[in-house]
Amino acid sequence: MAQPLAATLDDFPPTQAIADAICAHCGQPAPAGRTFCCTGCAAAHDMIQGLGLGRYYEQRVLDAAERAPKPEPAERWDLARHVVDKPDGTHELTLAIDGLQCGACVWLIESVLAKQPGITAGRVNMTTRRLRLAWRGAAGDAERLVGRIEALGYRLVPFDMRALSAAQDQAGRALLRALAVAGFAAGNVMFISIGIWAGQTMSDPIGPAMLALLHWISAAITMPAIAYAGRPFFASAWAALKQRRTNMDVPISIGVILVTVMSLVETIQHGEHTYFDSAVTLLFFLLIGRYLDHMARGRARATAEQLLTLRASDVAVLLADGTIQRRAQEQVAEGDRILVATGERIGVDGVVDQGQSLLDTSLVTGESLPANASAGTKVFAGTLNLGAALTVRATATGETTLLAECVRLIEAAEARRSRFVVIADRVARRYAPAVHLCALTTFLGWYFWMDAPLGYSLLTAAAVLIITCPCALALAVPAVQVIATGRLFRAGILLKSPTALERLAQVDTVVFDKTGTLTEPLLALSNDVDPAALREAAGLAATSRHPLARSLVAAAGIVAPADNVVEHQGLGLSLSGPNGETRLGSRSFCGIEAGSADGPELWLARPGAAPVRFSFDERLRADALDVVARLRGMGLRLRLISGDRPEPVARIAAALGIEDWRAGCTPVEKVGLIEAWARDGAKILMVGDGLNDSPALAAAHVSASPASAADVSQTVADLVFQGAKLAPVWIALRTAVKSRRVMTENLALSIGYNVVMVPLAVAGLVTPWLAAAAMSSSSLLVMGNSLRLRKGARAPGTKT
Amino acid sequence: MTVILYLLAVSLVFGAGGLAIFLWSLRSGQYDDMEGAANRILFDEDR
Repeated sequence: MAQPLAATLDDFPPTQAIADAICAHCGQPAPAGRTFCCTGCAAAHDMIQGLGLGRYYEQRVLDAAERAPKPEPAERWDLARHVVDKPDGTHELTLAIDGLQCGACVWLIESVLAKQPGITAGRVNMTTRRLRLAWRGAAGDAERLVGRIEALGYRLVPFDMRALSAAQDQAGRALLRALAVAGFAAGNVMFISIGIWAGQTMSDPIGPAMLALLHWISAAITMPAIAYAGRPFFASAWAALKQRRTNMDVPISIGVILVTVMSLVETIQHGEHTYFDSAVTLLFFLLIGRYLDHMARGRARATAEQLLTLRASDVAVLLADGTIQRRAQEQVAEGDRILVATGERIGVDGVVDQGQSLLDTSLVTGESLPANASAGTKVFAGTLNLGAALTVRATATGETTLLAECVRLIEAAEARRSRFVVIADRVARRYAPAVHLCALTTFLGWYFWMDAPLGYSLLTAAAVLIITCPCALALAVPAVQVIATGRLFRAGILLKSPTALERLAQVDTVVFDKTGTLTEPLLALSNDVDPAALREAAGLAATSRHPLARSLVAAAGIVAPADNVVEHQGLGLSLSGPNGETRLGSRSFCGIEAGSADGPELWLARPGAAPVRFSFDERLRADALDVVARLRGMGLRLRLISGDRPEPVARIAAALGIEDWRAGCTPVEKVGLIEAWARDGAKILMVGDGLNDSPALAAAHVSASPASAADVSQTVADLVFQGAKLAPVWIALRTAVKSRRVMTENLALSIGYNVVMVPLAVAGLVTPWLAAAAMSSSSLLVMGNSLRLRKGARAPGTKT
Repeated sequence: MTVILYLLAVSLVFGAGGLAIFLWSLRSGQYDDMEGAANRILFDEDR
């Protein structure tokens, strides 16, 4: 689990000093002299030890790329909506699980659940990161069970078992069954065939009766196996032919069926050569390719589902009688009153009804500083409430909202974007007609020109079809994709689109957004201050969620939060001491009359001491400079477009040496720029996180978002990367370029093999054993070449 | 040479047996979580 690479993608703010202590439960920094970082961790530790599961701490390996197992105030979910009642009186619930570190976590969760009364099944699926719960008793017990696991520090989100993912799973199983049947038949028929070939070459050849018997047995195994295992190909080929198109499955189906029928005719006529073994082995290899392809796609889809589920949230609707009901976002009606607690994201577009607070709109507009909100302020879904609780009246998610406008722009951009044809289909389009023409010419040549018997001519044509059947070709691309996807997955990069890898490899321009993409969510302290003042200020700030306060805490390192701090909404924090009141907050709150703020700042006013000023600046992601240099080293053109004001954008662009930057761009302008550059022939990778970037992400050739991005952006982006670093962008690009090289090599290998073998087949020199040997060896060669991509998977990003 | 008929029958029965076992394991969900199975083996001893 804990790859060295993953360890470089840790989630710690880089300027933070080495922590004084490490929390014994979650492994995050803890204040000096304490065993735990918070009471939640202490409680989790007690619970684990109390249940006698202390072995967990010895055996676990914390994966820095994952969320630390730190219990956080649990979100309230309407679990009852997702509980399925089974006829035998048990209840079932499936949840997406966040924060799984290693096998020990699976063991811990399952052991804790096993000790709960009434539980009949509690099983974690580590591949899909889902937890399936089944229990006897009341359906409402779900709250208690989920609460136990949340207390351990994992995040659980109820899963909507969509019909889509179930259907996907069915297809995968059907493929695996077909693969098993084809493998069984291929093994046995090949076994018999080797006997036949050996018998034919010996000085005392096997008799015709024995030969006929062995051929009949081969036919009896092969034909049902092909009828069963060939269905995925036949169905797809038939669907393509019905639409008067052709695809890779058409030559495959024609080849396999023709070869089997010809071999059957030979068997009936007591002929010498049959190709049953080739037909079924071919199918076996092709099914391997198809299954690999399915796995790559399935993983991409499961990733997207998991991301969406983990980010979904319920909305607290305030009913007329004053009670609160949790509802899914789409069930909120216009005019409903929504309660937004401190630190919660607003789930719907609306207008503030009651309350006064600070809103962090950085995901929506790209603006890096929070804005005040009071009754009448328009708010957008995705905005984070930093201050006091708000009541919001939901407005129509119709025409005028920002989200609706972005969705409209995304749809328009996607419609304009030309459909990408994957490399395998491009090759297949030219390959299929060439193969059929070749086989037909062979048949006509032998029958009319060489006056060969009809049976012999057909059999030679069949041999051509076997040799040209795109066996290695069908493996060439999916084998590489599966390996590359797995490799990126371990580096914290989730590929959501199966064609993203091929599109990434073509990129020649990288366009970055600024806020949240090149810069970190927190700001950096930009002036030198007295460390003692900083520590004291951070003690107050540790109680607040305001971005400046959190930035201050990050700059100070580990401090214990001060007790009895009072938060004054939109002004600052205060703490009453024996000598008077200490204040941390805005200029006016701290009683400074002179001057005005020239940027984000905080003041600390202490009794009997001069006020101290903390000024802040945007902070680049720790490895942004390094990654930008590496990308430039790959010969890529770099650009920066942002919705923020020109000054900060210019500063960031100068720091990174990006000459080509635009500031103050609206979503429409961003799309316009991307499309204009694309018209000039640029293949653009857009990296952005905000709602305002989402249309540009959709318009770009390929797009990436950090895991902290807005929901819409993550949905649109082709790949999503986790962690606080920018290195995944570079790793993904490099892996894509390498993958394309291996894919091209694979295609060259399989086509080169055809060039050598087809003339032999046309000349009628390919006997069944030669066909089988050539086919198997070319497939193995392609697989072996793809596996080279695994080598060196541990090396990249070490310097970062 | 009739022995070859017995041998063929035996090999087919073995092969079919293997196929049946695989299909059973597939149906019972043993291929649903390959990663979990690889890790679980390190911890399952007291259940």
